[in-house]
Amino acid sequence: MTMISPDIQHLQEVVRSSAQVTTRGAGTKSAPQRTSATTLQMAGLSGVIEYQPTEFVITAWAGTPVREVIQMLDERGQYLPFDPLLVQRGATLGGTIAANACGPERYRYGGVRDFFIGTRFIDGSGELLQGGGKVVKNAAGFDYPKLMAGSMGRMGVLVDATFKVFPKPEMYATLVVQCATLQDALVLLPKLTNCPYDLNALEIVSLATGFEVQVRVGGLAGGLPARMDRVRALCGSGEIISGDDEAALWDAARELIWAGDLPVVRVPITPSRMAELDAGLAKLQRRYSAGGNTAWIVANDTPAIDATLRNLKLQGLTMLNARAGDPRLGIWQTNPFAERVKRALDPLNKF
Amino acid sequence: MSQEPFVAALRAAFPQDRLLLTPAALAPYESDALTAYQSRPIAVVIPETQNEVIAAVKACHKFSVPFVARGSATSLSGGSLPNKDGIVIALNRLNHILKLDPQQRIAVVEAGVINIDITKAAAPHGLLFAPDPSSQTICTIGGNVAFNSGGAHCLKYGMTSNHVLGLKVVLPDGEVVQLGGESLDNVGADMTAMFVGSEGLFGIALEITVRLLPKPEMYRTVLAAYRSLEAAGDAVSSVIASGLLPGALEIMDNLSIQAAEAAVKPGYPLDAAALLIVELEGEQSQVEAEWLRLKGVIDASQPYQVKVAQNEDERLKIWKGRKSAFSAVGRLSPDYIVQDGVVPRSKLGEALREIERLSAKYNIRVANVFHAGDGNLHPLIMYNGREEGAYERAEALASEIIDLCIKLGGSITGEHGVGMEKRQYLPRMFNAAGMDAMWHLRVTVDPKQIANRGKVFLDTEAPALRLSGMHPLEKAGVISRE
Repeated sequence: MTMISPDIQHLQEVVRSSAQVTTRGAGTKSAPQRTSATTLQMAGLSGVIEYQPTEFVITAWAGTPVREVIQMLDERGQYLPFDPLLVQRGATLGGTIAANACGPERYRYGGVRDFFIGTRFIDGSGELLQGGGKVVKNAAGFDYPKLMAGSMGRMGVLVDATFKVFPKPEMYATLVVQCATLQDALVLLPKLTNCPYDLNALEIVSLATGFEVQVRVGGLAGGLPARMDRVRALCGSGEIISGDDEAALWDAARELIWAGDLPVVRVPITPSRMAELDAGLAKLQRRYSAGGNTAWIVANDTPAIDATLRNLKLQGLTMLNARAGDPRLGIWQTNPFAERVKRALDPLNKF
Repeated sequence: MSQEPFVAALRAAFPQDRLLLTPAALAPYESDALTAYQSRPIAVVIPETQNEVIAAVKACHKFSVPFVARGSATSLSGGSLPNKDGIVIALNRLNHILKLDPQQRIAVVEAGVINIDITKAAAPHGLLFAPDPSSQTICTIGGNVAFNSGGAHCLKYGMTSNHVLGLKVVLPDGEVVQLGGESLDNVGADMTAMFVGSEGLFGIALEITVRLLPKPEMYRTVLAAYRSLEAAGDAVSSVIASGLLPGALEIMDNLSIQAAEAAVKPGYPLDAAALLIVELEGEQSQVEAEWLRLKGVIDASQPYQVKVAQNEDERLKIWKGRKSAFSAVGRLSPDYIVQDGVVPRSKLGEALREIERLSAKYNIRVANVFHAGDGNLHPLIMYNGREEGAYERAEALASEIIDLCIKLGGSITGEHGVGMEKRQYLPRMFNAAGMDAMWHLRVTVDPKQIANRGKVFLDTEAPALRLSGMHPLEKAGVISRE
């Protein structure tokens, strides 16, 4: 059953009267399938509610396309520093939060949870609850917004979302360094993560042969050339790109264009475990994002990836183009704390 | 209920010297930095291992005895105030840095590790732990986690929760769970972040995995003096509007300037109505470019004096003055209430004018020190607890300031937490359904309500109010209030 959701009260009624509820924004990402669930179409709940550039805060309905928010911020020289994904494909704020969908620039200031500061959401009892607020600093009440980051809709229906925003870097440039092997790239990685240079993104991308390290730097135009020279000196080599080519490189990364129509698996990881994971991925297209903290793997054979992740006791999620079934791969462990939080917010397991 | 079987269980788990039972031994644990409240627990246990913490929690659960975890007791909201029928679990000896991995930029530390000791351990690798509450030289990371502590650099770097990647936690029934991990990334609902800031109601963090940041290559710290608070507030708005993102933006009013100068002589201009501290940090060429812009903005805001720290010593001196301001105000008044409400930055001027009006109305002096960058006020409401009715008047004024923060669209607390102090105000921010849901969550995680019972939610337990006196450590100048 599909319902269009015109207002909050209606959403609450649907939650109250349904045995199972799933939430759908623009459908850009894979989500857990529940055949008997009522689907809440959130796209109708769209639009920016409040934006005060001097407060570094923006509030919008959960079904708002991220693109719309980004455009509005851009006009005032601001941006969402966690670098949302699939923006051009139409991703919504709610889906971005539920999937914890962060792009390469999350490396600099943090992910969804670091910028998602307030929300109204509907819990499993149909109550409209408030978490966080509309000021950038707030310690009152339990931190529901952070809980929601990555929750895949299982903790409640997001109605609106308030984000902290930052002034956008005036200009960007990127250093691209070719590496024959992952080992070569892994020699560069700690040099870059530990240097006192402010890097906006740090990616290791597989090529047909070898890898490419991509280092994005942003800031005031005046200081940028000198900063890029230093990054290149630190790496020992590399090509500096800027302008439209540079922007296009990162747009493509963010839109996951490089994956084509194949399933894309995301794996939280640490730099120390990259080599181990990579050994099982030979020939697959992959990139290690956020300084080696997220692996993105393009794989038609997701069961094989599932086995690899289980072997390594890693957790994965098919973010895009999932084949039928559960998008969760690898080891997903629960614990009594998570169970109790879930039970309190959704006692009848509707979400 | 006789406490004997419970105390016997504690005796079985702790040697005599780490199980405090006598009134004299318990006295130092009666209060935290919210000195208006005191309550003597039935016992204090001083575990040296995580297993001893777990054993204490299990004993509490078995006998339904409430427990309060305590680090250095710097909570300004009374977060570590004991229960008179409960115990205190003092975590200071769980102070081991278990892992420091500079390549991955993470550290795994026990709950009793002092905040600044993480940065000290990371410093040789060019790294730091970003959250820097004013009490950072004494407060523990466990308390930072429980209260999601802030500091002067939150606008740019966030609060404690933005720097915690994983937690090993003992739940109120003694179960031990691992939340999160070592990666910056996370799939699935973020239980780590849900635990942070839960004010001890969900259990005790035993191990904390924190992320470390590279130490900025360069700081540029500027002090600008103004003839009015409003002018300083306007300067903050101009800095923000200019597209800069300073690491810190702080304002002090004249009373706080006087107090800080008397206490630690940071070299502040004594005649300033307001002092603005702006700190840029980052790569040298970026900071130089930002400074060009900032200088223009500050000059246009017409300060009557501008001072730029010329070296690290001068910079630290500026910060020492700022960070000691609260304890320094103790010189001006025997007692004071400190609050940490938040208003939208654009409402700072309005909030300060209103606080001034309230100060006159109640005839109570209020000093103001605040994190201007994130609208986080810190009014210090001065009173003499020995004067009849003085505390009540001060609290009435505090209550009006809290209402003001809510009315202006802010929060009742930016970083100190609800604790004891703001329990009656929380329902002004959250409606009945919201309060019910939080309460329901609390009792689902902790059905016996033994973890930090009596905090956050109003209940029947009312510890004795003590109307006067500083925290012993504060008197000694060891800790300070922010």
